[in-house]
Amino acid sequence: MRSFAIKTTLLSVGLCLSGVALAEKTVITIESWRAEDQAIWDEKIIPLFEAAYPEIDVQFKPTTATEYNAALNARLAGGTAGDIITCRPFDNALAMFEAGNLADIKDMPGLDNFSDVAKGAWSTDAGDATFCVPMASVIHGFMYNKDAFAELELSVPDTQEQFYATLDAINEDGSYIPLAMGTKDQWEAATMGYTNIGPAFWEGEKGRLDLISGKARFTDEPFVEVFRQMQKWTPYLGNGYQAQSYTDSQNLFTLGRAAIYPTGSWEITGFLENADFEIGAFAPPKSADGTCYLSDHTDMGMGMNAASGNLEAAMTFLEWTTSADFAGLLTNAAPGFFSLANHELEVDNPLAREFMAMRGRCEPTIRVAHQILSRGEPTLDTQLWTLSANVINGTMTPEDAAAEAQANLDGWYKPE
Amino acid sequence: MQGSSSQSQPTPRRWYILVFLAPATLIYTIFAIYPILESLRLSLYVSDASTTRFVGLANYTRLISEPYWADQFWNAFKNNVLLFVMHMLIQNPIALALAALLSIPSLTGAASYRTIFFLPTLLSVVVVGFIWQLILSPLWGVTPDFMKILGLGDYFKPWLGLESSALITVTLISIWQYVGIPLMLFYAALLNVPEETLEAARIDGLNGWWVFWKVKLPLILPTLGLVGILTYIGNFTASFDLIYSIQGGLAGPDFSTDVMGTFLFRSFFGFQSQLGDENMGATVASALLFIILAGVSIYLFGVQRRLQRYDH
Repeated sequence: MRSFAIKTTLLSVGLCLSGVALAEKTVITIESWRAEDQAIWDEKIIPLFEAAYPEIDVQFKPTTATEYNAALNARLAGGTAGDIITCRPFDNALAMFEAGNLADIKDMPGLDNFSDVAKGAWSTDAGDATFCVPMASVIHGFMYNKDAFAELELSVPDTQEQFYATLDAINEDGSYIPLAMGTKDQWEAATMGYTNIGPAFWEGEKGRLDLISGKARFTDEPFVEVFRQMQKWTPYLGNGYQAQSYTDSQNLFTLGRAAIYPTGSWEITGFLENADFEIGAFAPPKSADGTCYLSDHTDMGMGMNAASGNLEAAMTFLEWTTSADFAGLLTNAAPGFFSLANHELEVDNPLAREFMAMRGRCEPTIRVAHQILSRGEPTLDTQLWTLSANVINGTMTPEDAAAEAQANLDGWYKPE
Repeated sequence: MQGSSSQSQPTPRRWYILVFLAPATLIYTIFAIYPILESLRLSLYVSDASTTRFVGLANYTRLISEPYWADQFWNAFKNNVLLFVMHMLIQNPIALALAALLSIPSLTGAASYRTIFFLPTLLSVVVVGFIWQLILSPLWGVTPDFMKILGLGDYFKPWLGLESSALITVTLISIWQYVGIPLMLFYAALLNVPEETLEAARIDGLNGWWVFWKVKLPLILPTLGLVGILTYIGNFTASFDLIYSIQGGLAGPDFSTDVMGTFLFRSFFGFQSQLGDENMGATVASALLFIILAGVSIYLFGVQRRLQRYDH
């Protein structure tokens, strides 16, 4: 591991050293997978911080999302990683903390601004250490083409029956594809499908925590039922959905050929740029007893490289990210990524505001397989992609899919 | 003969041979031999965050016995074998037929045909993957409309997204791209068949069809063998690029297009929430090396020696 890392990062060692040597101010660098946010950090967020702390120079140095974890681990092993590390939630960051790469920041005063659920994504199982400041969450739901809904005289569905009635109505009319979703890339099936509508069936946090404690199994009725729901979606997807990729789905919706797009808030910026019709959002259909559950997924945090030479400056920066200033800045500069802090926030973007409003009336939960359950091989999270896609493709029954997911857990997981 | 005569004379110190060998040897050692040895070494270790320890062949046992690894390994291996068989049964006969047609002396425009057949080979795999994905797309592709015009609209299927057809579709795309290489090799071999032999055959009364079967084909058998082994190696190594660019790292649907290359990629570098495991990755890579080595050895010791007798 170490020799590999040293070899692959010789170049960046050189670059970092020369950067440190030239600057008189303390330079701290941020590791991130959000390469698309470079401009937002460079132009909006960092100048504000540097204005308040002129002695610290912050540089945002992202890596492509798919290579982030591999590249970051290599840099951490080689001692060349940045001072601030953007953390993925749960096990991924936990593994870095246990390897001694992330510093414990449990005593940082600013952490009081976050709920326990938010901090839970970046704390040890026992809760005795917290290693990242919760930064942002993404909210799942459905976006719809307001023009299409007006044309077909449809109203926003609220219950399961209304949801399917709406889809049937769009199908009958025939001028729009009811749901813009494909199974080629697999992750949409699980992320926009299974974990998006599932909480209404397994009662949100209750079902998720029961899986972790072993009180519930994937073969139990609620979890199988969600796979059945996935099967029910099939007639509403476009022709040839088996070969429809994620970008195909995005284009289908923004070109106005599909009426509803199962998705999450992270699409807001891109969609508002590309679509020339008005977009609205609605929450996943309510459960049988009329409660609304929402996947408000803790997605991004920020921690400190324990081996950083600038721990003090890094701490100052992290402390600043707990402030209301930063929360407001982030939420509005990157609409769709909602601050996890308890500060009262004004959201300017109307579509982002619609998603934000769902928080007020729905019970929040996170993606079902992210905490603890994804420590096996393959990770349950990735396996759910394939299983959900198989069910929608009709190559696997909901019962078999549920049994395979449970078999994964049985293979390695012993609930306490 | 040459060898024995030079041995009887005092040999001059031919240091320049070293100079000429050095660049290739150095580059090959650094970029091919060292990495191969290093991944062989890695495959004998297990490492976690802080420690690395020697485990002997345990990783290989894991690869073929632990369900998670074994399922993927045998599935990828099976797909690779299918890929190889399909290339041998489809690509190489097409290439041979085209080469035979191109080598007919009276054919006009042979040069243009040659160029056209070879052109796709020069395209980047990513471009080819992207173009074919678009052509076959059920949403934006030309195929559905084109088939409708021909009255075959009902037969259109999202082939790349169906488990039953994804692998064969990817294979056909690969054949479309690479048919030019065996074509050129066959063509060059056919041009080398001496005119006198062909003339003698014709005088003996063989027509064009039988000249090909009885004279030309036996004479180009060594090339056939060479193409076979190139196809074999290509299927285990080069198939990764196309499949990764068309079907992604999960080689969907449901791993139906997963080959050793994509399996190696996922195990070594990780995929999404699955972290990479460089030791298991190296194990997969080494297994791949052994598979290729076995195939090449069978060819070298079993097939090639017998083939060369035809040459003389």
